[in-house]
Amino acid sequence: MTEVTIAIPTPLRVYTDNQKKVKVEAEDVENALTALVTSYPSLKRHLYEDGKLMDFVNVYLNEEDIRYADSTKLKQGDKISIVPSIAGGTS
Amino acid sequence: MKDLTHKDYQRYSRHIIMPEVGVEGQKKLKNARVLVIGAGGLGSPIAMYLAAAGIGTIGLVDFDVVDESNLQRQIIHSTEYIGRQKIESASQRLKGINPEIEVITYNDSLRSDNALQIMEGYDVVCDGTDNFQTRYLVNDACVLLGIPNVYGSIFQFEGQVSVFDAKRGPCYRCLYANPPPPGLVPSCAEGGVFGVLPGTIGTLQATEIIKLILGIGEPLIGRLMLYDALDMSFRELKLKKNPDCKVCGENPEVTELIDYDEFCGVSSKDAELVENIDVRELEELRRKGEKHVLIDVRNPTELQIGRIDGSILIPERLIEERIHEYEIAKDDLIILQCKTGIRSARALVKLKRMGFTNVKNLHGGINAWARLVDPKIPLY
Repeated sequence: MTEVTIAIPTPLRVYTDNQKKVKVEAEDVENALTALVTSYPSLKRHLYEDGKLMDFVNVYLNEEDIRYADSTKLKQGDKISIVPSIAGGTS
Repeated sequence: MKDLTHKDYQRYSRHIIMPEVGVEGQKKLKNARVLVIGAGGLGSPIAMYLAAAGIGTIGLVDFDVVDESNLQRQIIHSTEYIGRQKIESASQRLKGINPEIEVITYNDSLRSDNALQIMEGYDVVCDGTDNFQTRYLVNDACVLLGIPNVYGSIFQFEGQVSVFDAKRGPCYRCLYANPPPPGLVPSCAEGGVFGVLPGTIGTLQATEIIKLILGIGEPLIGRLMLYDALDMSFRELKLKKNPDCKVCGENPEVTELIDYDEFCGVSSKDAELVENIDVRELEELRRKGEKHVLIDVRNPTELQIGRIDGSILIPERLIEERIHEYEIAKDDLIILQCKTGIRSARALVKLKRMGFTNVKNLHGGINAWARLVDPKIPLY
């Protein structure tokens, strides 16, 4: 088990008691996200649908999108980022 | 290709003396055509810097009028233009910065039936809109026309920037194949935006546009820049082209523009569930002392501006989780209220789905209440 930080984007902080960064212990990214939604259960349905990450939520291990990663094993100091789509610009 | 005039050499001398730009580069800028979609927070600095840099033709698309609450960040507009067309205000400002350029205005919303016509012939398009329908529309039209799309998006204190050029890298759909369901991601009007943030993000977009036209440096293709104003940090993520992308992949399904309202799930079915009550009816109901629960679904910080006496607060995004904290029967009359009636309508749909049968939406929200019933509450 390795301790890593998960960066929570602004729109989802309402589900993490306004925490911008959450530390979890896990072996890979999947475990880390499971640990996150176990601590903050109301976050779950904003990330997953039918057990799958939703299309408008991307998860990066350091700077790589986990959808394209060969392995998501974690090592000390790794950073996981949740990056949802945002549309703001004009109004 | 138009040549530089003597006046051009004077105006653009700080560009021209740099070898990366030079006379040839400045000529490229003079002959370039850039379309700016949305003359708002992002469009303001983008269009102003493009005008100053000598981009020969700038197209502007917007259908809105200038509102006082725009001026905290939309620096292309000034107070005297409140109530007038944004494109009129913006084009005056651009002409003031640089009378030598041509500004083409489109006083219209961008839609599937006009997007290709408007966008065709531009060298670069930049997206400064505020809704998912237009973002996917702009992306798909850019892919179909082969035009690079310089993307920027903002929320509160954070922004994203990238260059989507499907010929050389991923497009917006490679990044996010599908939009979120309506209501899940708050808009800037609901969530707020740090006024200087679109200045930073729009200026980064303008930088990328000018680099693309000059063909210098490393464009932000295949990279997503994330900016956090509170941390003052920039982070870069790698973006991959998705071989299965529906619009720029190997076997594209989207070969013409589609119905983006439907794609983004703005459904008329939900709208049918919404039953409105107007502020006069609510006032009457309160005067008679009829039993009801008034729920204010705004964010806690908005309550500091003002609230209707006796309301309980449950932010819209938490309504499903927190409605049980109150003793409300399934057939009790619930009246939902926000700033203008949009978030409360979404909350209404959620409550009806949970089995509450007697739910009404306060039409026009607290702003209508302030205007017609209680002028002590400020409008915002």
